[in-house]
Amino acid sequence: MHRFLLAVLRRDLTLAARRRGDWLIAQFFFVMVASLFPLGVGPEPAMLARIGPGVLWVAATLASLLSLARLFSDDHHDGSLEHMVLSPEPTVLLVLGKSLAHWLIYGIPLLLVAPILGIQFNLSWEAIRVLEVSLLLGTPILSLLGGVGAALTLGLRGGGVLLTLLILPLYVPALIFGAGAVDGVMAGTGAEAQLSLLGAFLVLSLMIAPWIAAAALRVSLE
Amino acid sequence: MYADSSTLSVHELACARGDRLLFKGMNFTLKSGELLLVQGGNGQGKTSLLRLLTGLARAEDGEVRWCGEPIAKQREIYHGEMIYLGHANGVKDDLNPLENLRFAAGLQGRGFDPALAAATLQRLGLRRCLDLPCRVLSFGQRRRVALAALLLAGASLWILDEPLTGLDIHAVALMEGLIRDHLNAGGMMVATTHQALNLEGVAVQRLLVGNVAIPELS
Repeated sequence: MHRFLLAVLRRDLTLAARRRGDWLIAQFFFVMVASLFPLGVGPEPAMLARIGPGVLWVAATLASLLSLARLFSDDHHDGSLEHMVLSPEPTVLLVLGKSLAHWLIYGIPLLLVAPILGIQFNLSWEAIRVLEVSLLLGTPILSLLGGVGAALTLGLRGGGVLLTLLILPLYVPALIFGAGAVDGVMAGTGAEAQLSLLGAFLVLSLMIAPWIAAAALRVSLE
Repeated sequence: MYADSSTLSVHELACARGDRLLFKGMNFTLKSGELLLVQGGNGQGKTSLLRLLTGLARAEDGEVRWCGEPIAKQREIYHGEMIYLGHANGVKDDLNPLENLRFAAGLQGRGFDPALAAATLQRLGLRRCLDLPCRVLSFGQRRRVALAALLLAGASLWILDEPLTGLDIHAVALMEGLIRDHLNAGGMMVATTHQALNLEGVAVQRLLVGNVAIPELS
């Protein structure tokens, strides 16, 4: 069982390493969106620190959506998705492996870039630390819930836009608690409550999302 | 050698695409060592039938059984015994043929023997393509990579949708030999093809899907 999960992971990571362009686009998108805000709203430090957590979280959400549309569609196009679904192993593990790979490929780099953007938004070190923790808990949620959307919209014309409309509302709790945690620490009320809720949401997504995505995938392939 | 007792049977199978009924009341039984050639015109439901047999699609009515049990109830066992090759090859363009075979083995939960995989690729005429990304291979060569994965899977039931598309005459002759070997070893095969196959000494059943009669092949 874990061998199958590892096989899926290794495969997706190898493919991502061969196509670094796709990978870089999502990271550049994150940096670009986050950098446009200071240019748009003006360089006043207090205001930037005020909007910073929210802007960074929204940018991370959009960057993850950008790459999610291709989570299953490339494999669907060349037929390898059918081969994977027809493997003796459960489809749930396939979905879990692909979501996990998506997080490693697109989520982890966001975590690495975020502190630099945090400095740009005049966040304190304490706030940057909490931002990192909130993204560490939050980005896997984006990959897991995104897997449901990607499976539901597989093979549909205009699936990318539909995916965005379908999944963004589901991202709202993660966005509220994630950005709220950073706001909390800046306002001096502490971030533990929001981070705990974010962690609970992650556990919930981990327990439910792969099953829904696997069912959606089977329907989409029919 | 495969187990002699395996059977694939279909009972009162019906298939619909949207509102259109493609076929109904289909029955057949395939035993160890037999080949079922699915024939019929374009759009008559040959691919739909094969997808029903794999379990990818669900039947409108009736059921597919493996060794007497519905496949839906023994998905893991059935998928371990069966391999499907559809129109798309399932070959990743960014990987070379050997890597493709390694990942295919991993996904099917099998061990991977690089020497055997390389030998199989060479047997299929891909000696000079072993370390090239599949992106630069021709259509027929990519088909050969997919066929190498099929051979290495060691499944007893092959379900092949137009397996000979894009292959040259040497590869077709090679495939005919490999199909004979597979069936003589007690394997089973369900295939659609519009090409004539030379399969002497093999028990062939023919199944006509739809109502468009086509001239007899081979």
